[in-house]
Amino acid sequence: MILMILKGKTHCFGNDINTDYIISGRYKFKTLDMNELGKHVMEDIDPDFARKVAPGDFIVAWKNFGCGSSREQAPRALLACGIRGILAKSFARIFFRNAINCGLVALECNTEGMESGVELEINLTEGKIVNLQGGNVITASPLPDIMIDILNEGGLIEYIKKYGSFQKRVSSSSR
Amino acid sequence: MGKTISEKIFSTKAGSPVQAGDLVIAQVDMAMGQDGTTPLAIRSFEDMGGKSVFDPSRIIFIIDHNAPSPLEAVSHLHDLMRQFATQYGVRLFDVGCGVCHELMMAQGLVVPGDLVIGADSHTCTYGAIGAFSTGVGSTELAAVMISGKLWFKVPETIRVILNGTLPRGVFSKDIILYLAGQIGADGATYQAVEFSGPVIDRMEMDERFTISNMAVEIGAKAGLMAPDYKTLAWLKNRARRPYQSVYPDPDAMYQSTRTFDCSGLVPHVALPHRVDTVKPVDEVADVPIREAFLGTCTNGRAVDIEIAARILRGKVVHPDVRFIIAPASREIFLTALEKGWVETIVTAGGVFVSPGCGPCVGTHQGVPGDEWNVISTANRNFKGRMGNNKAAIYLASPATVAASALAGKISDPRKYLG
Ligand code: SF4
Repeated sequence: MILMILKGKTHCFGNDINTDYIISGRYKFKTLDMNELGKHVMEDIDPDFARKVAPGDFIVAWKNFGCGSSREQAPRALLACGIRGILAKSFARIFFRNAINCGLVALECNTEGMESGVELEINLTEGKIVNLQGGNVITASPLPDIMIDILNEGGLIEYIKKYGSFQKRVSSSSR
Repeated sequence: MGKTISEKIFSTKAGSPVQAGDLVIAQVDMAMGQDGTTPLAIRSFEDMGGKSVFDPSRIIFIIDHNAPSPLEAVSHLHDLMRQFATQYGVRLFDVGCGVCHELMMAQGLVVPGDLVIGADSHTCTYGAIGAFSTGVGSTELAAVMISGKLWFKVPETIRVILNGTLPRGVFSKDIILYLAGQIGADGATYQAVEFSGPVIDRMEMDERFTISNMAVEIGAKAGLMAPDYKTLAWLKNRARRPYQSVYPDPDAMYQSTRTFDCSGLVPHVALPHRVDTVKPVDEVADVPIREAFLGTCTNGRAVDIEIAARILRGKVVHPDVRFIIAPASREIFLTALEKGWVETIVTAGGVFVSPGCGPCVGTHQGVPGDEWNVISTANRNFKGRMGNNKAAIYLASPATVAASALAGKISDPRKYLG
């Protein structure tokens, strides 16, 4: 079962953050060591990014986060660098699936006006995001059942290990 | 209510009638992985406790992104793929065979009506022959290798109708660049696109592939075209399985329909660092170029090399430009050799690299220098894409790339196509 309440600080980005920016092809072809890749996350657009992240932090972005290639190294390297979840107005679909499959929380919500360095609390069960400094609350779009099942198992690897294949609905305990 | 191509394919593969918005678990016909994504899929397969693959004849591995290997570490990852392929009886196309998407289609591994997943975002290319094909991540590829199934949300469909007649010197690449500018990089996110109209009807298959290939650049899950007599002729002697073509119903429900007239279209260029910042070539003419690249799953086919040879015949590439050509497959390379295009281009100063992705993804074979402007036939121009975040990448048709290589600056190809 995943942690249903997450807490962390925000790091803000704009529209169309692509997978080449998240982890450049320069690095991803060389290794399967995600901790090594984690050091280079977002390097082309924010060279100090990896050093600024504390474990459990969130990325907040606008539209089309994760567009571009299908590289799963993108969400995995984000996780390795300490990022626990992404909040965005919308995601590119392959990234969105990859994120959930790796156990990286990805929530679609209105991120208008959010700022960097703000402490957030995310209640995954209710899909609620609370700004612990300002107090305002936003609601995320619900995830499809199967994604909740996959997140509940901690990712697709654990899910397949347990069920062997995809099931229409495996748990009802998740919300 | 009638159904779109996507709804029909998912109804068949899920085993019950479905419509846009439904969540389905569907049987996959083909699963593909390349060397940038498969090593991680193999790791996931092992972590999942995978003991066997669902059907070795429906899994394909292709070594194209980093081929031949530029580094020891990459050679190890390639060997991991080779070992897995041998152990489980999976077919592997090794270094030099070509780009994954070209091989999947040209080798007849995909047929109309198929549901195909590939651990590569441009898997949507096979939509041009009427297959629903889409990109997935490594762990999903591993899940499919074990179970033969994957979950999908049946997408809504945007219909794009291309009317008119494409002017001379203007190509399918110009159309899709123009459409990216009109629709935007996320204009079709989570949706499928069905392309149709007289302009598509008149196109040869090679030209259609370019359009479906770039469907993902407008966010689409698939870029479909209904098969016609050209599709069937192309598949003859290629298709390795019997198939049933799928057509949209006349009363299919579309999310929206967008009609474009191509008669007045001019060559277009996507400006750094976004595929949807698109301008007519005249507005960027005279941007100096240091590298020109012709190749990729978008435009590395025989017709693309042919047009470059036509433009370069008897001329010399500008001394400031490195003009690199990567044929999309060994067969295409052989055709280009046989027809004399390679000789023409090499004599003009062009550099051929091995069939495969070439410098597209920035790992080898043509990484640009600082402050270089590059003009490329690829599908993506993100900052850093070709391996240097201080370079600027412009995207264009093979004709515009060849003309620009000659002139040393971005140039309208129409003046070279007498
Ligand atoms: S040619 Fe480029 S876009 Fe196509 S599969 Fe290879 S790296 Fe990807």
